Amino acid sequence: MIEPKQHLHPDVLTPEAKLEPIRAGFGRGLLEAGHRDKNVVALCADLTDSTKIGDFARSYPERYVEVGIAEQNLVTVAAGMALTGKIPFTSSYAAFSPGRNWEQIRTTICLNVTNVKIVGSHAGLMTGADGATHQMLEDITLMRVLPNMTVVVPADSVEAEKATLALAALNGPAYLRLARDKSPVITTDKSPFDLGRAQILRSGTDLTIVACGVLVYHALMAAEVLAAEHNLEVEVINAAVIKPLDTVTILASASKTGAVLTCEEGQIAGGLGSAVAEALAEHAPTPLQRVGVQDRFGESGTPGELLEAFGLTAPHLVKQALELIKRKS
Amino acid sequence: MTHTELSEMANTIREDIVKMLVSAGSGHSAGPLGLADIFTALYFDILKHNPKDPDWLDRDRLILSNGHCVPVRYATMARAGYLPVSELATLRKFGSRLQGHPERLRLPGLESTSGPLGSGVSQAAGMAIALRMDGGRQRVYCITGDGELDEGNIWEAVMFAAKERLTNLTVIVDRNNIQIDGITEDVMPLGDLAKKFSAFGWHVIEIDGNNIEAVINACRLAEAVEEAPTVIIAHTIPGKGVEYMEYDYHWHGIYPGQEDLPGAPPKAEQAKVALAQLRTLGGQIRSEHQ
Ligand SMILES: Cc1ncc(C[n+]2csc(CCOP(=O)(O)OP(=O)(O)O)c2C)c(N)n1
Ligand SMILES: [Mg+2]
Repeated sequence: MIEPKQHLHPDVLTPEAKLEPIRAGFGRGLLEAGHRDKNVVALCADLTDSTKIGDFARSYPERYVEVGIAEQNLVTVAAGMALTGKIPFTSSYAAFSPGRNWEQIRTTICLNVTNVKIVGSHAGLMTGADGATHQMLEDITLMRVLPNMTVVVPADSVEAEKATLALAALNGPAYLRLARDKSPVITTDKSPFDLGRAQILRSGTDLTIVACGVLVYHALMAAEVLAAEHNLEVEVINAAVIKPLDTVTILASASKTGAVLTCEEGQIAGGLGSAVAEALAEHAPTPLQRVGVQDRFGESGTPGELLEAFGLTAPHLVKQALELIKRKS
Repeated sequence: MTHTELSEMANTIREDIVKMLVSAGSGHSAGPLGLADIFTALYFDILKHNPKDPDWLDRDRLILSNGHCVPVRYATMARAGYLPVSELATLRKFGSRLQGHPERLRLPGLESTSGPLGSGVSQAAGMAIALRMDGGRQRVYCITGDGELDEGNIWEAVMFAAKERLTNLTVIVDRNNIQIDGITEDVMPLGDLAKKFSAFGWHVIEIDGNNIEAVINACRLAEAVEEAPTVIIAHTIPGKGVEYMEYDYHWHGIYPGQEDLPGAPPKAEQAKVALAQLRTLGGQIRSEHQ
């Protein structure tokens, strides 16, 4: 059953679902964060409009800094600004930031504990026709292993807006992962968002699905099919905050349902599925199946073609769920 | 090829670029159109290469560092015989060898994978030093964007190539004055590039990069330079050949038909107008059937 407290968008599971790119919510959130706190500044590396900081740049030109195509400079200039009292948001494509400048992030932001927010847009297969070089699949993994880093992967544009405001208010390093293409709007202004909590969007007793980012929608759709066609009640958890992971919620759900399926639009090694696997293995070994990109690179195609070809859409999740349930003891 | 034949070839390649972008429904227009003369000069005059044997060991190497400009490379390679011209229509599509950014293992002849900017000059320097170790006579060419020069990695390679006196390396900078957020001198001023490269110990040649003869002469001259690598600063017109795109940075990353822009025909007309202008060389000839 869909949790009423989640106030999900009434159209989300219908063909009329509203579509918007997740990155658009970041643009709105940053504008509002800049309005609330004059120390919020934005830095970009020649991708101002496509990473959606254009509105901030036009509203607060004196707080916007263009560094050119130089992602190592981007995050280190931001570290310097944070050391001088600013709250910098840096934006580029995830493949280049944090893809190219990982060591600079590690030392000058994480070890240094500076208040820098790294925003990686165009992450995942949703980047589409640009191909493998631009479809960042390893960013969750790269950011999750860094001490002091908070990692957030919003499920839709509304959640991205809330996450941006929450990260502006958080004092410390953070990574925000965004997707390029339009995706269904799942949540509403009334839906809860908390940097310390995973959200149970739908409650159930037969299986837990833990998802993040654009795959939360596919997880909800899969849960509908499993209920309608297989009489299974699936609990769907949106783990937008991958670090710190809300293991309390996930472990409680796993002990109730006895099986956990994770899904993410990123590399299978080291991502959300790995984080859940670590928690389950140490505290409550439970049959687990991880869905994600299986140790390969992306390629050119439409986002829809790619999600399908890489086995990340609802019908694939249904198949994986049915296989997994057979393994329950 | 005669100079007339070469400029006709460059124009055919420009038409190919427009058609492939329209068929793809995404991609970059300005850079590739501006680079068509340089690619024609390289593939049809300068490079020692063999389309029937792309891995021929004695070939010259061409690295495209600014990978987003790959449509011009695919089109030129098709015209040179590396792939069927009809395959150009698969650009950026699922399953195509013509990925949105070039992937070496997909299509023979690409030499390397690029898209993320700033990594080409280092790889070209690596090839140049390796070829020299083996006593090879092959030359290495690398094309970079001008905005791309914002990347620190480029200047690490520039210092390295000078230190190693890589005389078998020629870098061609596509000096078109645009990048994504605007004109280069606003986004990140590059200033006097010739002085910068020569201060780093390079031999510098500055040319009109839309003049095929000038490109050929500069590449030949570079072969004769002793002691230093050569950079050719090629001044090009972004969007060259399509009037409404020329000099306008907004055309960096969109295709004809994608957006209504000031100074451009309505979306639905853009591809037609572009092709008509290219076919008639901007009105110099009235139609291709004349
Ligand atoms: C490392 C990296 N950062 C950012 C980008 C996104 N990007 C693609 S092209 C481009 C502008 C490049 O400018 P320039 O080299 O002058 O090429 P032109 O616009 O003239 O084609 C940018 C910022 C990228 N591809 N790689
Ligand atoms: Mg340029």
